[in-house]
Amino acid sequence: MEIILASTVIGVFWLLGMGALGTAIGFGILGGKFLEGSARQPEMAPKLQGSMFLVAGLIDAITMIGIGIGMWFTFANPFLSQLG
Amino acid sequence: MAEAAHVAGEHGVNQTVQEYITHHLSYLTFGKNPESGHWEFAKTIEEATEMGFMSFHVDSLFWSFLLGGGALLFFRYIGKKATSDTPNGIQNFVEMIFEFVGNQVNEGFNHKNAHIAPLALTIFVWIVLMNLMDLVPVDWIPMIAAWFGQGFGQEHMSFKVVPTTDPNITLGMSISVFILIIYYSIKNKGLGGFLAELAFHPFGKWMMPFNLMIEIPTLLAKPISLGLRLFGNLYAGELLFLVIAGLLGAVQLPAHFIWAVFHILVVPLQAFVFMMLTIVYLNAAHDSPEH
Repeated sequence: MEIILASTVIGVFWLLGMGALGTAIGFGILGGKFLEGSARQPEMAPKLQGSMFLVAGLIDAITMIGIGIGMWFTFANPFLSQLG
Repeated sequence: MAEAAHVAGEHGVNQTVQEYITHHLSYLTFGKNPESGHWEFAKTIEEATEMGFMSFHVDSLFWSFLLGGGALLFFRYIGKKATSDTPNGIQNFVEMIFEFVGNQVNEGFNHKNAHIAPLALTIFVWIVLMNLMDLVPVDWIPMIAAWFGQGFGQEHMSFKVVPTTDPNITLGMSISVFILIIYYSIKNKGLGGFLAELAFHPFGKWMMPFNLMIEIPTLLAKPISLGLRLFGNLYAGELLFLVIAGLLGAVQLPAHFIWAVFHILVVPLQAFVFMMLTIVYLNAAHDSPEH
Protein backbone atom coordinates (compact mmCIF):
# COMPACT_ATOMS: atom_id res chain seq x y z
CA MET A 1 0.00 0.00 0.00
CA GLU A 2 2.86 2.36 0.82
CA ILE A 3 4.33 1.84 -2.63
CA ILE A 4 0.99 2.66 -4.25
CA LEU A 5 0.59 5.81 -2.15
CA ALA A 6 4.14 6.97 -2.81
CA SER A 7 3.96 6.42 -6.54
CA THR A 8 0.54 8.09 -6.68
CA VAL A 9 2.00 11.15 -4.99
CA ILE A 10 4.84 11.24 -7.51
CA GLY A 11 2.35 10.80 -10.34
CA VAL A 12 0.22 13.66 -9.04
CA PHE A 13 3.35 15.78 -8.73
CA TRP A 14 4.09 15.27 -12.42
CA LEU A 15 0.45 15.86 -13.38
CA LEU A 16 0.23 19.21 -11.58
CA GLY A 17 3.79 20.40 -12.18
CA MET A 18 4.07 19.62 -15.86
CA GLY A 19 0.53 20.84 -16.50
CA ALA A 20 1.28 24.14 -14.77
CA LEU A 21 4.59 24.51 -16.61
CA GLY A 22 3.02 23.89 -20.01
CA THR A 23 0.12 26.26 -19.42
CA ALA A 24 2.41 28.94 -18.02
CA ILE A 25 4.64 28.88 -21.11
CA GLY A 26 1.62 28.71 -23.40
CA PHE A 27 -0.19 31.57 -21.71
CA GLY A 28 2.99 33.64 -21.67
CA ILE A 29 3.46 33.29 -25.42
CA LEU A 30 -0.25 33.77 -26.07
CA GLY A 31 -0.61 36.92 -23.95
CA GLY A 32 2.63 38.40 -25.23
CA LYS A 33 1.64 37.89 -28.86
CA PHE A 34 -1.79 39.35 -28.16
CA LEU A 35 -0.23 42.50 -26.65
CA GLU A 36 2.20 42.76 -29.56
CA GLY A 37 -0.56 42.34 -32.09
CA SER A 38 -2.88 44.86 -30.48
CA ALA A 39 -0.04 47.38 -30.06
CA ARG A 40 0.65 47.19 -33.79
CA GLN A 41 -2.99 47.32 -34.81
CA PRO A 42 -5.18 48.61 -31.96
CA GLU A 43 -8.35 48.40 -34.07
CA MET A 44 -7.92 44.62 -34.27
CA ALA A 45 -7.74 44.25 -30.48
CA PRO A 46 -11.40 43.22 -29.82
CA LYS A 47 -11.24 40.58 -32.55
CA LEU A 48 -7.92 39.27 -31.31
CA GLN A 49 -9.23 39.19 -27.75
CA GLY A 50 -12.03 36.83 -28.76
CA SER A 51 -9.62 34.47 -30.47
CA MET A 52 -7.19 34.74 -27.53
CA PHE A 53 -9.87 33.58 -25.10
CA LEU A 54 -10.76 30.71 -27.41
CA VAL A 55 -7.16 29.52 -27.43
CA ALA A 56 -6.92 30.19 -23.68
CA GLY A 57 -9.86 27.83 -23.17
CA LEU A 58 -8.15 25.19 -25.28
CA ILE A 59 -4.86 25.52 -23.37
CA ASP A 60 -6.55 25.67 -19.99
CA ALA A 61 -8.58 22.53 -20.58
CA ILE A 62 -5.75 20.02 -20.46
CA THR A 63 -4.31 21.45 -17.25
CA MET A 64 -7.70 21.59 -15.58
CA ILE A 65 -8.32 17.95 -16.52
CA GLY A 66 -4.89 17.20 -15.03
CA ILE A 67 -5.80 19.00 -11.80
CA GLY A 68 -9.07 17.09 -11.63
CA ILE A 69 -7.37 13.73 -12.09
CA GLY A 70 -4.67 14.77 -9.62
CA MET A 71 -7.24 15.66 -6.95
CA TRP A 72 -9.09 12.42 -7.61
CA PHE A 73 -5.88 10.41 -7.19
CA THR A 74 -4.99 12.31 -4.02
CA PHE A 75 -8.27 12.33 -2.13
CA ALA A 76 -10.10 9.28 -3.45
CA ASN A 77 -7.25 7.07 -4.62
CA PRO A 78 -8.75 4.58 -7.10
CA PHE A 79 -5.72 2.26 -7.03
CA LEU A 80 -6.10 1.46 -3.33
CA SER A 81 -9.49 -0.14 -3.88
CA GLN A 82 -7.90 -2.54 -6.39
CA LEU A 83 -5.77 -3.79 -3.53
CA GLY A 84 -8.91 -5.34 -2.04
CA MET B 1 -5.82 4.51 5.74
CA ALA B 2 -5.64 6.67 8.83
CA GLU B 3 -8.36 9.15 8.03
CA ALA B 4 -8.27 11.66 10.86
CA ALA B 5 -10.68 14.09 9.27
CA HIS B 6 -14.30 13.09 9.50
CA VAL B 7 -17.12 15.13 8.11
CA ALA B 8 -20.74 15.03 9.10
CA GLY B 9 -22.66 13.27 6.36
CA GLU B 10 -26.12 13.92 5.02
CA HIS B 11 -27.86 12.15 7.88
CA GLY B 12 -25.44 13.04 10.62
CA VAL B 13 -23.53 9.82 9.94
CA ASN B 14 -19.78 10.18 10.13
CA GLN B 15 -18.10 9.53 6.80
CA THR B 16 -14.48 9.65 5.78
CA VAL B 17 -13.50 12.32 3.26
CA GLN B 18 -13.09 9.62 0.66
CA GLU B 19 -16.63 8.33 1.19
CA TYR B 20 -17.96 11.88 1.15
CA ILE B 21 -16.37 12.65 -2.21
CA THR B 22 -17.31 9.30 -3.76
CA HIS B 23 -20.88 9.77 -2.57
CA HIS B 24 -21.04 13.21 -4.16
CA LEU B 25 -19.59 11.98 -7.44
CA SER B 26 -22.14 9.19 -7.98
CA TYR B 27 -25.46 9.56 -9.73
CA LEU B 28 -29.08 8.94 -8.89
CA THR B 29 -29.46 5.97 -11.21
CA PHE B 30 -32.69 4.49 -12.52
CA GLY B 31 -32.17 1.26 -14.37
CA LYS B 32 -32.79 -2.43 -14.88
CA ASN B 33 -31.58 -4.41 -11.90
CA PRO B 34 -29.70 -7.41 -13.35
CA GLU B 35 -30.64 -9.68 -10.43
CA SER B 36 -34.38 -9.09 -10.13
CA GLY B 37 -34.99 -7.82 -13.67
CA HIS B 38 -37.08 -4.88 -12.42
CA TRP B 39 -36.64 -1.26 -13.41
CA GLU B 40 -35.91 0.62 -10.21
CA PHE B 41 -33.70 3.21 -8.53
CA ALA B 42 -30.29 1.94 -7.45
CA LYS B 43 -29.98 1.82 -3.65
CA THR B 44 -26.17 1.80 -3.48
CA ILE B 45 -23.26 2.83 -5.68
CA GLU B 46 -22.44 -0.85 -6.35
CA GLU B 47 -25.99 -1.48 -7.56
CA ALA B 48 -25.75 1.50 -9.89
CA THR B 49 -22.52 0.10 -11.35
CA GLU B 50 -24.06 -3.33 -11.89
CA MET B 51 -26.90 -1.82 -13.93
CA GLY B 52 -24.31 -0.83 -16.52
CA PHE B 53 -25.65 0.40 -19.81
CA MET B 54 -29.35 -0.14 -19.06
CA SER B 55 -29.69 2.83 -16.75
CA PHE B 56 -30.53 6.52 -16.69
CA HIS B 57 -28.85 9.20 -14.63
CA VAL B 58 -32.05 10.82 -13.45
CA ASP B 59 -30.34 13.75 -11.72
CA SER B 60 -28.30 14.85 -14.77
CA LEU B 61 -31.32 14.44 -17.05
CA PHE B 62 -33.58 16.35 -14.66
CA TRP B 63 -31.25 19.34 -14.28
CA SER B 64 -30.26 19.58 -17.94
CA PHE B 65 -33.91 19.42 -19.09
CA LEU B 66 -34.99 21.88 -16.41
CA LEU B 67 -32.27 24.40 -17.30
CA GLY B 68 -32.66 23.97 -21.05
CA GLY B 69 -36.45 24.19 -20.91
CA GLY B 70 -36.31 27.10 -18.50
CA ALA B 71 -33.97 29.02 -20.80
CA LEU B 72 -36.21 28.31 -23.81
CA LEU B 73 -39.35 29.52 -22.02
CA PHE B 74 -37.53 32.60 -20.68
CA PHE B 75 -36.20 33.59 -24.11
CA ARG B 76 -39.61 32.96 -25.67
CA TYR B 77 -41.29 35.14 -23.05
CA ILE B 78 -38.79 37.96 -23.62
CA GLY B 79 -39.07 37.59 -27.40
CA LYS B 80 -42.88 37.78 -27.28
CA LYS B 81 -43.00 41.02 -25.33
CA ALA B 82 -39.93 42.66 -26.88
CA THR B 83 -40.52 46.25 -27.98
CA SER B 84 -38.31 48.76 -29.74
CA ASP B 85 -39.92 51.71 -27.91
CA THR B 86 -39.07 51.04 -24.29
CA PRO B 87 -36.62 48.16 -23.99
CA ASN B 88 -36.14 47.24 -20.33
CA GLY B 89 -33.11 45.76 -18.64
CA ILE B 90 -33.94 42.09 -19.24
CA GLN B 91 -34.58 42.67 -22.93
CA ASN B 92 -31.25 44.47 -23.26
CA PHE B 93 -29.54 41.57 -21.53
CA VAL B 94 -31.07 39.00 -23.89
CA GLU B 95 -30.22 41.18 -26.90
CA MET B 96 -26.65 41.37 -25.64
CA ILE B 97 -26.38 37.56 -25.65
CA PHE B 98 -27.96 37.43 -29.12
CA GLU B 99 -25.55 40.00 -30.47
CA PHE B 100 -22.53 38.31 -28.92
CA VAL B 101 -23.40 34.92 -30.43
CA GLY B 102 -24.45 36.55 -33.72
CA ASN B 103 -21.08 38.29 -34.05
CA GLN B 104 -19.19 35.07 -33.42
CA VAL B 105 -21.26 33.24 -36.04
CA ASN B 106 -20.77 36.04 -38.58
CA GLU B 107 -17.04 35.94 -38.07
CA GLY B 108 -16.55 32.20 -37.94
CA PHE B 109 -19.12 30.97 -40.44
CA ASN B 110 -18.74 32.02 -44.07
CA HIS B 111 -21.63 30.19 -45.73
CA LYS B 112 -25.40 30.47 -45.89
CA ASN B 113 -27.17 28.36 -43.28
CA ALA B 114 -29.98 29.67 -41.10
CA HIS B 115 -29.59 26.88 -38.55
CA ILE B 116 -26.09 27.66 -37.30
CA ALA B 117 -26.82 30.79 -35.26
CA PRO B 118 -29.76 29.25 -33.32
CA LEU B 119 -27.66 26.13 -32.74
CA ALA B 120 -24.76 28.21 -31.41
CA LEU B 121 -27.07 30.24 -29.18
CA THR B 122 -28.69 27.10 -27.76
CA ILE B 123 -25.34 25.46 -27.08
CA PHE B 124 -23.90 28.57 -25.44
CA VAL B 125 -26.83 29.40 -23.17
CA TRP B 126 -27.48 25.80 -22.21
CA ILE B 127 -23.86 25.04 -21.30
CA VAL B 128 -23.46 28.30 -19.37
CA LEU B 129 -26.55 27.49 -17.31
CA MET B 130 -25.47 23.91 -16.67
CA ASN B 131 -21.97 25.08 -15.69
CA LEU B 132 -23.38 27.74 -13.36
CA MET B 133 -24.90 24.98 -11.21
CA ASP B 134 -21.30 24.37 -10.16
CA LEU B 135 -21.39 27.57 -8.11
CA VAL B 136 -24.35 26.42 -5.99
CA PRO B 137 -22.87 25.17 -2.68
CA VAL B 138 -22.16 21.47 -3.09
CA ASP B 139 -24.33 20.19 -0.24
CA TRP B 140 -27.52 22.26 -0.52
CA ILE B 141 -29.42 20.55 -3.31
CA PRO B 142 -28.16 17.01 -2.58
CA MET B 143 -29.30 17.42 1.04
CA ILE B 144 -32.81 18.48 0.00
CA ALA B 145 -32.91 15.64 -2.52
CA ALA B 146 -31.72 13.13 0.08
CA TRP B 147 -34.41 14.35 2.47
CA PHE B 148 -37.04 13.70 -0.20
CA GLY B 149 -35.39 10.39 -1.05
CA GLN B 150 -35.80 9.09 2.48
CA GLY B 151 -39.54 9.28 2.01
CA PHE B 152 -39.22 6.82 -0.87
CA GLY B 153 -36.97 4.33 0.93
CA GLN B 154 -33.69 5.72 -0.46
CA GLU B 155 -31.32 5.71 2.51
CA HIS B 156 -28.11 7.13 1.01
CA MET B 157 -29.31 8.83 -2.11
CA SER B 158 -26.72 10.41 -4.40
CA PHE B 159 -27.80 13.46 -6.33
CA LYS B 160 -25.51 15.22 -8.75
CA VAL B 161 -26.41 18.80 -9.53
CA VAL B 162 -24.02 19.84 -12.32
CA PRO B 163 -25.07 18.05 -15.53
CA THR B 164 -21.83 18.93 -17.33
CA THR B 165 -19.85 16.87 -14.80
CA ASP B 166 -21.60 13.85 -16.30
CA PRO B 167 -19.67 12.62 -19.36
CA ASN B 168 -22.91 11.21 -20.75
CA ILE B 169 -24.33 14.73 -21.10
CA THR B 170 -21.23 16.37 -22.59
CA LEU B 171 -20.47 13.47 -24.94
CA GLY B 172 -24.15 13.36 -25.91
CA MET B 173 -23.91 17.01 -26.96
CA SER B 174 -20.62 16.57 -28.80
CA ILE B 175 -21.88 13.46 -30.63
CA SER B 176 -24.95 15.44 -31.73
CA VAL B 177 -22.56 18.05 -33.15
CA PHE B 178 -20.57 15.24 -34.80
CA ILE B 179 -23.74 13.92 -36.48
CA LEU B 180 -24.42 17.45 -37.76
CA ILE B 181 -20.85 17.67 -39.10
CA ILE B 182 -21.32 14.43 -41.08
CA TYR B 183 -24.82 15.43 -42.23
CA TYR B 184 -23.73 18.82 -43.56
CA SER B 185 -20.54 17.39 -45.08
CA ILE B 186 -22.53 14.84 -47.08
CA LYS B 187 -25.23 17.39 -47.93
CA ASN B 188 -22.78 20.00 -49.25
CA LYS B 189 -20.05 17.84 -50.77
CA GLY B 190 -22.00 14.72 -51.61
CA LEU B 191 -21.11 11.30 -50.22
CA GLY B 192 -18.31 11.02 -52.78
CA GLY B 193 -16.90 14.40 -51.88
CA PHE B 194 -16.96 13.59 -48.17
CA LEU B 195 -15.21 10.24 -48.68
CA ALA B 196 -12.76 11.80 -51.14
CA GLU B 197 -11.82 14.35 -48.50
CA LEU B 198 -11.06 11.52 -46.11
CA ALA B 199 -9.18 9.42 -48.64
CA PHE B 200 -7.25 11.87 -50.84
CA HIS B 201 -6.70 14.83 -48.60
CA PRO B 202 -3.15 15.39 -47.42
CA PHE B 203 -1.03 13.41 -49.94
CA GLY B 204 -3.06 12.67 -53.07
CA LYS B 205 -4.66 9.44 -54.19
CA TRP B 206 -1.60 7.15 -54.33
CA MET B 207 -1.20 7.42 -50.55
CA MET B 208 -4.82 6.52 -49.79
CA PRO B 209 -4.29 4.10 -46.85
CA PHE B 210 -1.95 6.56 -45.22
CA ASN B 211 -4.41 9.43 -45.76
CA LEU B 212 -7.20 7.38 -44.20
CA MET B 213 -4.98 6.58 -41.24
CA ILE B 214 -4.53 10.30 -40.60
CA GLU B 215 -7.96 11.63 -41.48
CA ILE B 216 -10.26 9.11 -39.73
CA PRO B 217 -8.71 9.55 -36.26
CA THR B 218 -8.78 13.33 -36.82
CA LEU B 219 -12.48 13.12 -37.58
CA LEU B 220 -13.24 10.83 -34.63
CA ALA B 221 -11.14 12.93 -32.23
CA LYS B 222 -13.41 15.94 -32.79
CA PRO B 223 -16.45 14.79 -30.75
CA ILE B 224 -14.31 13.08 -28.11
CA SER B 225 -12.09 16.08 -27.42
CA LEU B 226 -15.07 18.44 -27.59
CA GLY B 227 -17.04 16.48 -24.99
CA LEU B 228 -14.15 15.52 -22.74
CA ARG B 229 -12.78 19.07 -22.58
CA LEU B 230 -16.04 20.40 -21.16
CA PHE B 231 -16.46 17.41 -18.85
CA GLY B 232 -12.88 17.56 -17.58
CA ASN B 233 -12.97 21.25 -16.73
CA LEU B 234 -16.23 21.08 -14.84
CA TYR B 235 -15.37 17.79 -13.15
CA ALA B 236 -12.11 19.26 -11.87
CA GLY B 237 -13.92 22.34 -10.59
CA GLU B 238 -16.59 20.31 -8.84
CA LEU B 239 -14.01 17.97 -7.34
CA LEU B 240 -12.03 20.86 -5.85
CA PHE B 241 -15.19 22.26 -4.26
CA LEU B 242 -15.83 18.81 -2.80
CA VAL B 243 -12.27 18.49 -1.53
CA ILE B 244 -12.54 21.90 0.15
CA ALA B 245 -15.90 20.98 1.66
CA GLY B 246 -14.62 17.62 2.81
CA LEU B 247 -11.29 18.62 4.27
CA LEU B 248 -11.56 22.10 5.70
CA GLY B 249 -14.63 21.73 7.90
CA ALA B 250 -15.82 24.93 9.54
CA VAL B 251 -13.32 27.34 7.93
CA GLN B 252 -14.04 26.38 4.34
CA LEU B 253 -15.88 29.53 3.24
CA PRO B 254 -12.84 31.67 2.23
CA ALA B 255 -11.37 28.75 0.29
CA HIS B 256 -14.69 28.19 -1.48
CA PHE B 257 -14.85 31.86 -2.33
CA ILE B 258 -11.33 31.96 -3.79
CA TRP B 259 -11.92 28.88 -5.92
CA ALA B 260 -15.33 30.18 -7.04
CA VAL B 261 -13.75 33.46 -8.18
CA PHE B 262 -11.20 31.51 -10.18
CA HIS B 263 -13.78 29.09 -11.48
CA ILE B 264 -16.26 31.75 -12.63
CA LEU B 265 -13.89 32.42 -15.55
CA VAL B 266 -13.99 28.77 -16.60
CA VAL B 267 -17.81 28.62 -16.62
CA PRO B 268 -18.53 30.91 -19.61
CA LEU B 269 -15.13 30.25 -21.22
CA GLN B 270 -15.77 26.55 -21.75
CA ALA B 271 -19.28 27.27 -23.08
CA PHE B 272 -17.68 29.78 -25.49
CA VAL B 273 -15.04 27.26 -26.58
CA PHE B 274 -17.67 24.57 -27.20
CA MET B 275 -19.77 27.02 -29.24
CA MET B 276 -16.82 28.36 -31.26
CA LEU B 277 -15.52 24.89 -32.09
CA THR B 278 -19.01 23.84 -33.19
CA ILE B 279 -19.14 26.85 -35.54
CA VAL B 280 -15.62 26.17 -36.87
CA TYR B 281 -16.29 22.46 -37.44
CA LEU B 282 -19.59 23.16 -39.20
CA ASN B 283 -17.92 25.86 -41.30
CA ALA B 284 -15.36 23.29 -42.42
CA ALA B 285 -18.22 20.92 -43.24
CA HIS B 286 -19.64 23.56 -45.61
CA ASP B 287 -16.34 24.35 -47.34
CA SER B 288 -16.26 23.33 -50.98
CA PRO B 289 -13.94 20.41 -51.87
CA GLU B 290 -11.51 22.36 -54.06
CA HIS B 291 -10.79 24.72 -51.17
